[in-house]
Amino acid sequence: MTRAILLVGTAKGAFFVESDAQRRAWDIRGPLCEGWPIHDLIVEPGSGAILAGGGSPWYGPAVWRSEDLGTSWTHSSSGLTYGDGAASDPVATVWSLATTPDGTILAGVEPAGLFRSTDRGATWEHVSGLTEHESRPTWEPGAGGLILHTIVPHPTDTSRTWVGISAVGVFESRDGGTTWEPRNSGVRADFNPDPYPITGQCVHKFAMAAGEPETLYQQNHCGMYRSTDGGLTWTDLSANGLPSDFGFPLVAHPRDPKTFWIIPLNGADRGRFVPDASAAVWKTEDRGDTWQRLDDGLPQHDAYTTVLREAMARDTLDPVGVAFGTKSGQLWHSRDEGGSWERITADLPEIWAVESLVVD
Amino acid sequence: MATVLLPRSLLELFPGVERRQLVDGATVDAVVSVLDARVPGMRDRLVEAGPRLRPHINVFVAGEPADLDTPVGPDDTVHVIPAVSGG
Repeated sequence: MTRAILLVGTAKGAFFVESDAQRRAWDIRGPLCEGWPIHDLIVEPGSGAILAGGGSPWYGPAVWRSEDLGTSWTHSSSGLTYGDGAASDPVATVWSLATTPDGTILAGVEPAGLFRSTDRGATWEHVSGLTEHESRPTWEPGAGGLILHTIVPHPTDTSRTWVGISAVGVFESRDGGTTWEPRNSGVRADFNPDPYPITGQCVHKFAMAAGEPETLYQQNHCGMYRSTDGGLTWTDLSANGLPSDFGFPLVAHPRDPKTFWIIPLNGADRGRFVPDASAAVWKTEDRGDTWQRLDDGLPQHDAYTTVLREAMARDTLDPVGVAFGTKSGQLWHSRDEGGSWERITADLPEIWAVESLVVD
Repeated sequence: MATVLLPRSLLELFPGVERRQLVDGATVDAVVSVLDARVPGMRDRLVEAGPRLRPHINVFVAGEPADLDTPVGPDDTVHVIPAVSGG
């Protein structure tokens, strides 16, 4: 029997929210990972193992691993350090996880840096080329910290990976992580005297279009962008009918490269709620040229709701299920690609991450 | 050998490990290394780059606040206690 599982990372542990392929009734299991703050959860292709990245305020950062759908867990941060003599602050937490086509696991951390594991997360190695970039002395934290929150590996070419760092921007490596180049051309930094610096843009989230590795969509602090050349140049889409140029999450359709979803918020200095306290997910089916406001079932007044960068996900079923979680612990789900929404629960801790898993 | 008392929240990360550990080590750092050899990964939970004790991990040797360099005597009790923090 097909099982649809939402993997939810919160400030107080991971939760598994499970249903069948109908996705109508849900059971909640947790808190997992001993109640540690969890910033990201992913599924390891091939093994089906669940990986969870986070950090305890007492016990530091770790990547957790479960090979039995969350019943038992191991954890490791062996090598997840800049070293005893490093100028940087110690690694505080893991913010993002991804896997490359050759099975390598990548982890983005705070303060911003990238680590890799080639033994399924047992040990880690610093990908030092990124933090050796000449712009590193200029990196300053955004409101969420100096965090590497987005990792997008190329789906077939292991030499290419993109990463996003808040208030620093997007970088790409084309040589397996040895060297990195900024990919922020055309992206505004309205908080900077020069609105188009080489680095310093506040990327919030970006994703790759299905089957089109050179097409990237980016939600930024200052705009909603599309790139069709692997991030070399970006086009601002936020004038195309969106209510705001500010938001955090962005999720790409699993099969249609033209479709993705975002949740605009009212602005960086206006509370970061949904505009007019009226909740909606916005969907484009033409690469961001036009947008649909999807609000059926969502609260349309007094919704002072914030959705964070990792807290939206889609599954691979047909029609695609889409889910998002809020800072106030609400978990919402749509089984029709955003057309209508139902609240699964309102009582989770602050939600930081949502991922979808379908198990046959 | 010194007696080390580990906190519940740390033990939950390493199922099966006893709260009370008898450890032969001349300093807190040495004690942590012995614990790590006994329970792989424990050092990473208690010590961050520096090296130094993690900011919210308190260690007491014979009732006195300690750091990694603090000497540990064979009759000492070493308490490892998470700081009061959180929300």
